[in-house]
Amino acid sequence: MVKGIIAFGQYFLLDKIVGRSPSNIYQNPKFRSAIIQAILVFIVFYTFYSLYQTTVFNLEERGIKTSTSFFDQVAPFKVGFSPFLNFELGETTYIEVFYIGVLNTLLVAVLGIIAATLLGFFIGILRSSNNWLAQKFALIYVEIFRNMPLLLQIMFWNFAIFLAFLPPPKQSLEFGAFYLNGRGLQTPVPIVENNFLFKVWLGILIFSIIASFIFRNWAKKRRDQTGKSLPVLGISLSVIIIIGISSFYILGKPFAVDLPVLGKFNFKGGGQLPLPLFSLWFALTVYTSAFIAENVRAGIASVSKGQIEAARSIGLTRPQMVKLIIIPQALRVIIPPTISQYLNLTKNSSLAMAVGYEEVVAVWANISLNQTGQALIIIAMTIIFFEICSLFTSFILNIYNRRIQITER
Amino acid sequence: MTKSDSIIKISKLNKWYGKFHALKDIDLSVGRTEKIVICGPSGSGKSTLIRCINRLEVHQEGSIQVDGIELTDDIKQITEIRSDVGMVFQHFNLFPHLTVLENCSLAPIWVRKKSKVEAEEMAMQLLEKVRIPDQADKYPGQLSGGQQQRVAIARALCMQPRIMLFDEPTSALDPEMIKEVLETMIELADSGMTMIVVTHEMGFANRVADRIIFMDEGQIVEQNDPESFFKNPESDRTKLFLSQILDH
Amino acid sequence: MTMNTVKFEKLPDRLPPVNTVGWVAWVKQNLFGSVSNTIITLLFFYLIFLYIPPFLEWSVFNANISGSDRSICDENRSGACWTFIKVRMEQLLFGLYFAQNPDQMWRPIMAFIVFGGLLTPLAIDRTPYKKWLLLILLVAYPIFFISLVGGGVFGIPKSDASEWGGLLLTFTLAFVGIVLALPLGILLALGRRSKMPVVRSFSIIYIEFWRGTPLITILFMASVMLPLFFPSGVEFDKVVRAMIGITLFQSAYTAEAVRGGLQALDKGQTEASMALGMGYWQQTIFIILPQALRISIPSIVNTFIALFKDTSLVSIIGLLDLLKIAQNSSRSLDWNGYDIEAYMFAGLVFWIFCFGMSIYSQKLERKLDTDRNVE
Repeated sequence: MVKGIIAFGQYFLLDKIVGRSPSNIYQNPKFRSAIIQAILVFIVFYTFYSLYQTTVFNLEERGIKTSTSFFDQVAPFKVGFSPFLNFELGETTYIEVFYIGVLNTLLVAVLGIIAATLLGFFIGILRSSNNWLAQKFALIYVEIFRNMPLLLQIMFWNFAIFLAFLPPPKQSLEFGAFYLNGRGLQTPVPIVENNFLFKVWLGILIFSIIASFIFRNWAKKRRDQTGKSLPVLGISLSVIIIIGISSFYILGKPFAVDLPVLGKFNFKGGGQLPLPLFSLWFALTVYTSAFIAENVRAGIASVSKGQIEAARSIGLTRPQMVKLIIIPQALRVIIPPTISQYLNLTKNSSLAMAVGYEEVVAVWANISLNQTGQALIIIAMTIIFFEICSLFTSFILNIYNRRIQITER
Repeated sequence: MTKSDSIIKISKLNKWYGKFHALKDIDLSVGRTEKIVICGPSGSGKSTLIRCINRLEVHQEGSIQVDGIELTDDIKQITEIRSDVGMVFQHFNLFPHLTVLENCSLAPIWVRKKSKVEAEEMAMQLLEKVRIPDQADKYPGQLSGGQQQRVAIARALCMQPRIMLFDEPTSALDPEMIKEVLETMIELADSGMTMIVVTHEMGFANRVADRIIFMDEGQIVEQNDPESFFKNPESDRTKLFLSQILDH
Repeated sequence: MTMNTVKFEKLPDRLPPVNTVGWVAWVKQNLFGSVSNTIITLLFFYLIFLYIPPFLEWSVFNANISGSDRSICDENRSGACWTFIKVRMEQLLFGLYFAQNPDQMWRPIMAFIVFGGLLTPLAIDRTPYKKWLLLILLVAYPIFFISLVGGGVFGIPKSDASEWGGLLLTFTLAFVGIVLALPLGILLALGRRSKMPVVRSFSIIYIEFWRGTPLITILFMASVMLPLFFPSGVEFDKVVRAMIGITLFQSAYTAEAVRGGLQALDKGQTEASMALGMGYWQQTIFIILPQALRISIPSIVNTFIALFKDTSLVSIIGLLDLLKIAQNSSRSLDWNGYDIEAYMFAGLVFWIFCFGMSIYSQKLERKLDTDRNVE
């Protein structure tokens, strides 16, 4: 903000000076621009430097010496949900708490991105369908959910709906091997019994997936040469499944699936996604899917009527037209804004604080900050984490856009 | 070119857009290798008529038979007819995400189930015929309008159609490009293709057409061979139209 | 040439076959066009039948609105408890101070009315002097708003911003955010397109920095770090801290919206004004910006919608905005158990504003599109 005002002022004043003394060296635009930039660099760096100094000083006055030594101190509070790293109260250090927070953020982001993409494409396709009721339903869905604050939606689902209406564990809602109740979602978890054989099994699976890709390329070449096509997806999938299941038994069941079983008061076995995570995931999915649905609608609408007529006039069937003409063109419009939505979803997962899910902002920028007072380092690390996510997203977007540009120009 | 050997038979065709009566009692039969030019003021129904022939528009009354197959709701029959009837649009409608060569070989591969090699070979031959083989690996966006329209003609020809429909193929082009497209169309006509062309290019009509059809208000006002059509138009409407378009 | 001219006879227009027009055809085409279409239609009819009547029964037909405490709602649990919303309405809209001082309530009400009075003509196409009206709204109105609602002048009792709440606070935060972020955003957008590498890279870093960070982190930073940035003795009110955070955050998004407008402008415009011998700032202020801003209004409105929704995050750092008051009320002893009503009301208020603005921005976008096509 400061630098903008200063750039403005410098430019204006120098303009005036130059106006009065015409044969001045200042009139040389290159020289003038170099001076302005030098002043700007100085001001910005000086501002940052003095802000940093004041902050460190102020922190020291409050008895906090800014340093990273607190990383290795033991965190005096409990983090209830950490599926990837073990949390032990009295052993886990602050820096581990940070990692747990980051991983929890990434977990809900990945779960949310998968679900929001599926739901968003579904709603977007309904919105573009030729069924009037489906169109209007999708329209209402989009307009309701994207025009209300996400935080309000998270709180609504968590406090007003799930906490209030989900049954206690004994009367859990059953979805196959999944159980939903007022404490969260109980899920099956794989338990590895023989580590070596499990790795072998995993290797076989990965190998057959790679083989299926080779098979796909071979089938494509064969089609190019002879015009005969094979149901590649069907063959690959069934082969992978058959190999996966048969090698599972041949290797003597290297892992087992631990199913949640209802005990006397609560579930035993399996894993649990705590209710805050479930609510957050649910709300993020619903909210983001409304935006993705709108992208999908716009993408499908961007394929002109002329394209569809041309596709029909050369005799393509409807599924061929969708696969060869509509999807490739629509995806070019859909993908870039949808990638931005993925970033938004990741940033929005920080609203978890409102329901108590333990992601990075909650456990690090809030609890750890309050405990240690290390505002400078903690806030900086939180921001850097999100900036990395954001840079990663722009990186992906740039690659995508460049690829599109090559095929277009 | 006897009437009995007609490849398209249209009888009592009526078409409405909402409540607007767009085509009225059209009767028309087109012989094999016949070249027909349809002209008329805008909104006269000429585009609608040829778009009905490959079912881009759905008619409500009457019948259309293409090569003995009746156009109904049967999707299989429609697809079959479409692969026999090539169409060239006013705005080219090339697929922007595919190269020129891919534009041309797409339908032979997916509809005719040809091998890619074979399809591309034929596409190259046809691109040579429309004189742009050197642009085969470019994308449509990189070509001029005239080049795009010639690719569109090649794309339609790749299906080895028996009938070619042209929907105002030159009206979106700059004057200097009209000529190159018309030349391609004349060559095609000389090769014996059955063609129905909606156009205002009267020079082309005079040179190529076996029959010129004048339409207005969704009706066929008159049809005749070019000489009689230009010299002795029967209807007052035709005269008015010709005087407007030829004074131009 | 004239031998025997035949007069053209137009066949009479007939009406299409009955089964192809009117509502029967419409229903056939849009609801039962194919087998899959019919299945979808039946499914949706089933869902509507399943969920809409019970919802209407709960929210309208069986709902409670009379009385002034929870007893009436507790007796009839089959309907919504709008009594709760009715009783807490003043708090929800204006916060605790004005709810406790009903004689002062005219102040925020009047501020809202004046705002509406300024905004309505702006949304109408044919209003003259729109630019001046906009200027009044962005410059004079904030001063009017602060002196009227904040008080302390002309014998109006003082009410600090920290005492505002509910929709009033939500509105204030969003409005302050947009008004202060606009000039900043314009400068940043110009900076991002500057020919000076230092100016350009600083602008890019600034913009991408704020866009990459979630608002909640920024609000934390504002509430924790801001006091640390200044020598002790400089104190900021909580609300002011939030405002600063929101403004910095919003300026990055505004900058991107304005940049879109600048990019959309023809290069010819700059060249023409160069030819007139105008300097950079003359050019920018008199030729480029007015047009670029006009083009970017829809995107600016869209960033404003996002900001309006995002102001709800201040509830996490302890401000009593609309959402927080709704939540607190639904947790108070008087009304606990009626969460759905509280959130639904707050949601509806947010929705009306956001949906209204998005309709407006879509309308503007369409108008700009047609204008451009005409040109």
